[in-house]
Amino acid sequence: MFSALSTKRNRQRLAAVAVAAALGVTVAGCGSGGPSQSSGATATMWSLTSGDQPVIKDAVAQWNEKNPDRKINVEFFASDAYKAKIRTAVGAGQAPTLIFNWTGGVLQSYVDNKAVEDLSDLVKEKPEVADRYLPSVLQNGVIDGKTYALPMNKVNPATMYFNKDLLDKAGIEPPKTWDDILGAVPKLKAIGVAPFALGGQTKWPELIWLEFLVDRQGGTGVWERIQKGEPGAWSDPAVLEALKKIQQLVDAGGFQDSFASTASNSGSELALLYTGKAAMCLQLSSQFQAIKQGSPEFIANDKLGYAPFPTIEGGKGDPSYTVGSPANFFSVSSTASEAQKKTAKDFLASGLFNDSYTEGIIKTGAVPPLQGVDSKLGTAPDSDFLKYTYDLAAKAPTFQFSWDQAVDPSLADTLLTHLSQVFLKQETPQQFVDAMNAASKK
Amino acid sequence: MSTPTLSRARKTGVKSIDGTRASLAWLTVPALVFFVAFAIIPLGGVIVLSFMHWDGIGDISWAGFANWASVLSDPLTGGSLWTTVKVILISCAIQIPISLLLGVFTAGFQRYRAVLSVLFFVPILLSSAAVALTFTALLDPNFGLSGAIPIEALKQDWLGNPDLALAVVVFVLSWQHIPFHVLVYQGGVRQIPQSLYEAASIDGANVVQQFFTITVPQLKYTFITSTTLMVVGTLTYFDLIFVLTGGGPGHATTVLPLFMYLEGFRANDMGGASVLGVILAVFGLGLALLIQRLGGKNRQASQLEGA
Repeated sequence: MFSALSTKRNRQRLAAVAVAAALGVTVAGCGSGGPSQSSGATATMWSLTSGDQPVIKDAVAQWNEKNPDRKINVEFFASDAYKAKIRTAVGAGQAPTLIFNWTGGVLQSYVDNKAVEDLSDLVKEKPEVADRYLPSVLQNGVIDGKTYALPMNKVNPATMYFNKDLLDKAGIEPPKTWDDILGAVPKLKAIGVAPFALGGQTKWPELIWLEFLVDRQGGTGVWERIQKGEPGAWSDPAVLEALKKIQQLVDAGGFQDSFASTASNSGSELALLYTGKAAMCLQLSSQFQAIKQGSPEFIANDKLGYAPFPTIEGGKGDPSYTVGSPANFFSVSSTASEAQKKTAKDFLASGLFNDSYTEGIIKTGAVPPLQGVDSKLGTAPDSDFLKYTYDLAAKAPTFQFSWDQAVDPSLADTLLTHLSQVFLKQETPQQFVDAMNAASKK
Repeated sequence: MSTPTLSRARKTGVKSIDGTRASLAWLTVPALVFFVAFAIIPLGGVIVLSFMHWDGIGDISWAGFANWASVLSDPLTGGSLWTTVKVILISCAIQIPISLLLGVFTAGFQRYRAVLSVLFFVPILLSSAAVALTFTALLDPNFGLSGAIPIEALKQDWLGNPDLALAVVVFVLSWQHIPFHVLVYQGGVRQIPQSLYEAASIDGANVVQQFFTITVPQLKYTFITSTTLMVVGTLTYFDLIFVLTGGGPGHATTVLPLFMYLEGFRANDMGGASVLGVILAVFGLGLALLIQRLGGKNRQASQLEGA
């Protein structure tokens, strides 16, 4: 073919055309961030490369074996990359049929833009689908009385962990009230350990403190008003009191030195606990697996204790309120074809949380968000902790999604930044409240 | 190559260029297409988007100057710009002298210097995110450097103290980027004709005198190139800072590009982020022009007169 090109000029022209064509392809390629929209009833699914990945992979494989004419193609992404990618894909109308999400503010924006299907019919037609879930968890996928997302993995409530040896050495019991906490601090400092480990560099562990303190102090109404965007809702006395308590604990030396330089994602926050440098740590129940990985003997020798967050004397909150991640969810894209939507909905109904799926989740050391699943936890490793986790979630009248997920995305970063300044005492409680009120107005 | 062949080659080269000027214009097409597709069109898009409301998912609606008003009245915009200027100034003050000295050092042809320059080059091979994670671990107050080496000065709240956090950011940025500039200076130093140094030696100039009267002036354009890259490069560093400090504590290390990212991809305010993008682009172009101007107007002047 090249011999046909006799002149140099022709060859140059060809090169230019080739480059332009290649560019055109690249440019076009940039636009299609979404999964290949295969025709027919084959649905697509995007999920995360977390501990549940093998369970989901198996469930999809089983489904595809049984339904060769309407398969599901699943792709897995890392969490941070996914958050950016899914937003672009949904915005461009290129979303996968099954959208992994965290409900909260992001699901609200999908609903506002009619990007996801109303699953209320599915829930009505097949009551067994909705009935299998813990109501406090299922509730997170409901917006204005309509179900837009169904839970797909595990409950992840926050809990107080403690190092039994260190508490014994200091001669104290696990704190049950805020006053117990303040009383424990000097005793633990006296034996040369930090009372609480805190991953301040990562910021969100600080939010768990605020969430619990606000609720224990003022009850769930406080956050409900904030989330609805009522003007001045942050000025609630419960918020101010919670922030004051945080600074009180900071002043008392409740957290390890230089806590703002300790990261959670590097594991050093929990390492403080199991290496005996800190006595307690407020973290999500999924961190149990991280502790076990970091120090198997710490778990094996029964050194790890756990208890719900302490209460506040005179506080209005229900002591069984819990916060964290009720579960992750799947929603169905409204841009998919009718056949794809049917495939996706049928998968949600029968492909999720069948026996092998539920067992798979339990095997990863987690508790599925299902009613009565505690009867299946008995034979699993660490069943005591799993049952404790189940109780936290099942008995909670409200299982609050972590605020940074629940709130409008534009506020999440502002909230974390200002809270970290409160912990560092670079901001007063009043300054925090003013800043958040101002940011909510936008 | 002897001089006569060289000049003949030059002459024939010139002739052929003249002969095919028309067809050679085609050669600019790929570059032009690239430039238009990946620089001009996106820049235009950003300017248009800066007058729009868009959360990344919903409909795009006209905003007029609302985004501009809210971004320009946000104290964080000025704050992050000031932080950016601080990072640029401090990191230039650190990077330029070290790069220059190391560049001169590695320009020597001794074997041990060749080995060392390979080692110096290592940091630039690492990804920014990996560097940031490594430093986060090293700066950990309990399990990091201070845990391994019992020096009291290492026990600091590196990422919790606003001034220290900024210093840490500048240090890590410099650590990662100095090797690149060393390479630029090394190339520049090797271009300086040896005859200049020979003449200076005969005149009795010592090594220090030679450095200040020959090496430094001869590196003028290298200096401009390297500094432009350093300054404009600083305007694009967001990944490293994002992983290392997340812009904190508070907003102590929130530089303009990081602020733009948070505004666009965390707060989902593409309009506001576009305004910041335009400010960033204008600021960067202004700085680049300024540095070029500092290099002197007479770009054709020879630095090699008499060499």
